[in-house]
Amino acid sequence: MDQVSDVLWMLAGPQGGGINSAAEAFAKALSRGGYRIFTGIEYHSNIMGEHSYYMVRISDKQKRNLSERVHVLVSLDEESILGNHHNEWPSHHGHLKEMVPGGVVIYDGALKMDLSGKRQDLKYIPVPFDDILRKVLVEAGRGAEFNSLRVMTNSVAGGASAAALGLDLGIYMESFRGGTGRRAALAELNGQAAKGGYDFVMEALGGAPAFNLVKVDRPAKAPLLLRGVHACALAKLKAGLGFQSYYPISPATDENVYLEANARAQDLVVVQVEDEVSAINMAVGAAHGGKRSSTSTSGPGLSLMCEGFGFASLTEAPGPVLFLWSRGGPSTGLPTRSEQSDLTFALQPGHGDFGHIVVAPGDIQDTVEDSYESFNWADRYQMPVIVMLDKKIQSGYQTVDDLGFDKLPPIDRGKLFEPNGDYLRYKLTDDGLSPRAIPGQEGGIFWVTTDEHDQRGHITEAADNRIAQMNKRMGKLDLAAREIPAARKITKYGPADAEITIVGWGTTKGSISDAIDVINAEGGPKMNFLQVRLMRPFPVAEVTAELTKAKTTILVEENYNGQLGDLIRSQTGITVDKRVVKFDGRPFSEEELIDGIKTALSSSETRIPVSHLLP
Amino acid sequence: MVVSQTYQLKDYKTDTHNTWCPGCGDFGILTSIQMALAEIGVPPHKVAVVSGIGCSGKAPHYLNAYGFHTLHGRSIPSATGMKLSNPEMTVIAVGGDGDGFGIGCGYFVNAGRRNVDFTYLVFDNEVYGLTKGQGSPTMKKGMKAKGMAEAAVQDNINPLALAISSGYTFVGRGYALNPKATAQLIAQAVSHKGTSFIDIAQTCPVYNDLHTKEYYTDMVEGQPRMYWLENTDYDAVVHDPTNAGEVVEKKLQAIGKAYETGRMPLGCYYKVDVPTFEEQIAEGRPNGMDSILNPNLWNRDISKLEAVLR
Ligand SMILES: Cc1ncc(C[n+]2csc(CCOP(=O)(O)OP(=O)(O)O)c2C)c(N)n1
Ligand code: SF4
Ligand SMILES: [Mg+2]
Repeated sequence: MDQVSDVLWMLAGPQGGGINSAAEAFAKALSRGGYRIFTGIEYHSNIMGEHSYYMVRISDKQKRNLSERVHVLVSLDEESILGNHHNEWPSHHGHLKEMVPGGVVIYDGALKMDLSGKRQDLKYIPVPFDDILRKVLVEAGRGAEFNSLRVMTNSVAGGASAAALGLDLGIYMESFRGGTGRRAALAELNGQAAKGGYDFVMEALGGAPAFNLVKVDRPAKAPLLLRGVHACALAKLKAGLGFQSYYPISPATDENVYLEANARAQDLVVVQVEDEVSAINMAVGAAHGGKRSSTSTSGPGLSLMCEGFGFASLTEAPGPVLFLWSRGGPSTGLPTRSEQSDLTFALQPGHGDFGHIVVAPGDIQDTVEDSYESFNWADRYQMPVIVMLDKKIQSGYQTVDDLGFDKLPPIDRGKLFEPNGDYLRYKLTDDGLSPRAIPGQEGGIFWVTTDEHDQRGHITEAADNRIAQMNKRMGKLDLAAREIPAARKITKYGPADAEITIVGWGTTKGSISDAIDVINAEGGPKMNFLQVRLMRPFPVAEVTAELTKAKTTILVEENYNGQLGDLIRSQTGITVDKRVVKFDGRPFSEEELIDGIKTALSSSETRIPVSHLLP
Repeated sequence: MVVSQTYQLKDYKTDTHNTWCPGCGDFGILTSIQMALAEIGVPPHKVAVVSGIGCSGKAPHYLNAYGFHTLHGRSIPSATGMKLSNPEMTVIAVGGDGDGFGIGCGYFVNAGRRNVDFTYLVFDNEVYGLTKGQGSPTMKKGMKAKGMAEAAVQDNINPLALAISSGYTFVGRGYALNPKATAQLIAQAVSHKGTSFIDIAQTCPVYNDLHTKEYYTDMVEGQPRMYWLENTDYDAVVHDPTNAGEVVEKKLQAIGKAYETGRMPLGCYYKVDVPTFEEQIAEGRPNGMDSILNPNLWNRDISKLEAVLR
């Protein structure tokens, strides 16, 4: 049997049934065992019962996206296999069509399903999860605890999956090790349950696994297995975050709650407030108050935050840094799905002419760097910053060896007040930056107002002052454009001499990088990737230079019409040739993206909408 | 209360151009705030005054203290952020009745749930002054002040009763044209640990022709309309905050006072001493309250957080 070095394992079933913890335990075991992991989850805005599925891509070299090549599907219900075909408008059609030939469908043996007429190139293995666990418990003399220990059927499923994939069961068993007393006893039971599942599937497969997953070495130090949430939150802690306010909203909640859970140990203040208007105003108050301050939300929350955002910018507050975790819009939209449709809005979240910085990290490493550095920018340029993230990076786990905190630039709190006579908070200076006092400092008393104001911070409507203060505030954007290093503005990936340049932003970075690797390895046409990372101030010169080098430019975005394409045109005058767009609320799979790029090259259409989720 | 030797009224004044109308009740409230600060003796640079938008919202510009003239209705969130970011500051939020009970009412209610240590003063003129005299949420149904197109169809809220039911731990009422006594009340409120609220009846000679200086100083059934609770046997204080019965009893008593018709009680309606938000979140921290004071937090050790992700 051929060795496989890149497999997709999927666990699917009703929400609220422990799918996440089961899949994450499985992924962690493999990550510790030396495999590289990339995960994604799709779920409904619902707590119990709706269909959800967790994808774990397992490989020997790091993948940066998900594929549609499922090797093993573990299904906890009928719907995951057949779709919700009883519904008038089925929200999905089952996962069989994503399976590779020879793929294994492991499902709960208690389900009675008619699979005749379904794909015959797959192996369907009903596994009696409950019976296997019950037997293990009875043998251990704990049969009476079946109901309370029923989550251990997850371990049965994990063991069953190992058998199908050709994964060394020991790697999976390793995850149960450790602990003493009661915990050790539970670990032992989990191990037995896994072995039960493993043996059952191995026997059903006639003694040999369905796939021969490549063997990898267990690393001396386990890598990190984390989500964008963790990368972002840890970077914020490293940046000296002192205050965070939030109102719960998907997909921003996890970052907020993670920080809240660690607030006491990390000397952080986190406040859950009554709405996003309060959240932003509290964060602005805290920024003026002297602490590094932040708030995290999603599109609907940003809609409410506009007024407060303008307040921060006009009053030259050193922040807050607003973390925008996007989901499918508009309005309440697709609360638990991913989309890149907030870019245009994030560039102008409020009325009037005002300055702010917008940065869109593309992956975990970018997230660490941008989440951290945004606080330096907020302090240095005395303006709010938006860091654009989304549901995809929020929820997807990835193996990372090191977050690189030791390579980050030093803390920069910008120009600070030193007592020297008459203090002017909005003093007109050559670079537009005025030294800022922190409330409590003697001699530093200042005023801020959301009205136009003079250098002292008092209201004035005088025309000459207005012009001077507008020039000062807007001029800081030019300063930021000059000072922010090129490496933070754009990234290039792939062969420099390629004639085709794919343009994208945000979390499609990994998808595009992987897709062009595949296309280039297939023999082309040769293409490279331009990631636009700094959205405001826009890197006009850098983007112009890169786009004019390419013969053909193809935009890839997860929104309806290509918002970055519009931005590039307005900023550089360049019209990107083709736009590959996806707006079904699910991130591009590798196959969708490759399809989209190839169609863009062959078709005369300029806009190519893609979705493989149509029936 | 001890009168401070260190600071005088003038230390809290600025020479900023004042744009209030002549005779506006806001002048009286401004003076009472300055008197209260001088009385407490807090240095001007340790005070932050946070306001909303309205005529009243301009007050910080006339006070020598860190001044934050924020957005319409948002003074409370901003003041909360200021205090939690910089707990050494004495924070006073100020604003109009429209600001506090109309556009900002959600924040008014939710601030009561938190008990962050700051004082909120509402300049209550029953109208939207700066937008030229529309009725505000404290304008009674059926009343028509001169800037209103017709008599109010919507009824008024009762700020004092709302504050008490929202959880404010110090609730009182003052009067703009009695700055001395109101200053005493403000000083008590600022010294109170927790969120304190004072609704200050404010004359607006331009738009409120109903509740004028004459109205407030009128006689009602042979007695002055306004009277101070401290001159009666009214006891506003919860003496045993752990006694739920007493808390409810004192709240009901205060709400009863808030709905008193005819005469108008001034002074402290309700006071209870319970832990502040800051004290509660400081609990269980390695450095206690100090950890909330420290703004320089970039030398954190996150190795434990990383370890659980491996
Ligand atoms: C979002 C928003 N809506 C409306 C306004 C216009 N506005 C300015 S002041 C004001 C009312 C002020 O009334 P009040 O809060 O009672 O203060 P006063 O002027 O009476 O002191 C309004 C509606 C605004 N500034 N912001
Ligand atoms: S309109 Fe009324 S409240 Fe506003 S400044 Fe004039 S008198 Fe004062
Ligand atoms: Mg008013």
